[in-house]
Amino acid sequence: MTETSTSTTATLDRREAIAALLRARENTLVVTGLGSPSYDVHALGDRDDNYYLWGAMGSAALVGLGLAQAQPEKRVLVVTGDGEQLMAFGSLATIAVARPRNLNIAVIDNHHYGETGMQMSHTGYGIDLAKVAAASGFAETRTLHSLEEVEQAGETLKTPAEGPRLFVLKVTAENPPRSLPSRDAVFIKNRFRAHLGFAEQ
Amino acid sequence: MQTTQKEDWPSAVYRTLKAAKVQQMAYVPDAGHSTLIKLLTEDPEVTSNVLTTEEEGIAISAGAWLGGQRTVLLMQSSGVGNCTNMLSLPAMARLPLLMLVTMRGEWAEFNPWQVPMSRATQPTLEAMGLRTLRVDKAADMVETVEAAAALAYEADQQVAVLIGQRLLGKKKW
Repeated sequence: MTETSTSTTATLDRREAIAALLRARENTLVVTGLGSPSYDVHALGDRDDNYYLWGAMGSAALVGLGLAQAQPEKRVLVVTGDGEQLMAFGSLATIAVARPRNLNIAVIDNHHYGETGMQMSHTGYGIDLAKVAAASGFAETRTLHSLEEVEQAGETLKTPAEGPRLFVLKVTAENPPRSLPSRDAVFIKNRFRAHLGFAEQ
Repeated sequence: MQTTQKEDWPSAVYRTLKAAKVQQMAYVPDAGHSTLIKLLTEDPEVTSNVLTTEEEGIAISAGAWLGGQRTVLLMQSSGVGNCTNMLSLPAMARLPLLMLVTMRGEWAEFNPWQVPMSRATQPTLEAMGLRTLRVDKAADMVETVEAAAALAYEADQQVAVLIGQRLLGKKKW
């Protein structure tokens, strides 16, 4: 099978795209999926209000859901990849039914499994995650091809929503230099919770 | 907290979970959990999530704790198999995890397809670092859930309460 025509529009540089997405971040809490999304967000500067995942593939969007439900006054952004979101296909149904009003999901979609040798993923074969999320009942979904569109999507972090939003950022398949966050998940957890005012345990 | 004579165990467990300050609940339905699911989903102070597969609940529980809330997961033994790799998350981050698992495939079971995962439930959980506490008598339920909740939320442990099929009763067809 060859890549579909939709994949030829993947032209964004992933680091530039994520920088544009987070430009209006302010106090948004960010959860990052394993692999490149964690490196990409870390490359913008380490922050106490980032939670980086290094494994548990499929968890990112749902960690975001639990967090959004616990912190309804704060905006939560999940930054993950197409591979992880495909593994958690059903999570789009779970999140749509839960209907959090403060959860944005950004899928950094390069149509490939970048950590394991750039094998093509289902999005490369034509699966459209924005359409899946829309069909599931997300309040807003967009597929983004330019930095201007990405910045506009980032601005929605400041605006109220009727339900969850999902943005697919079409990026080129490349592995920029790795920017590695701490792999000590307990440290990252305690730092994140301390940021929210919870005593370390 | 004691189970009163007229009270069924799900109502007692519901009160125990409320006393333990549980604010989120996630579940894949099971007949044995049906009353507890109803009580928790109808509670306006509890955010409930119906899941497409059980491991989703492990991730939701992690996020809830990051945000300062306590979660309980309800599932049957077959769903434990779906959770295995996701249990890396609470193991690595030392996150509280409280699962109440209704056992199938071990007592007066009609459906043989429930048996393999029933056999694997406790070894799988323990292989991923969870502590398992079994309950086979309704009279022990409240004390066990109280102990499990304390281990989870106060001692940062990952705990599964395995509710025996003998206690749940034979499924009626």
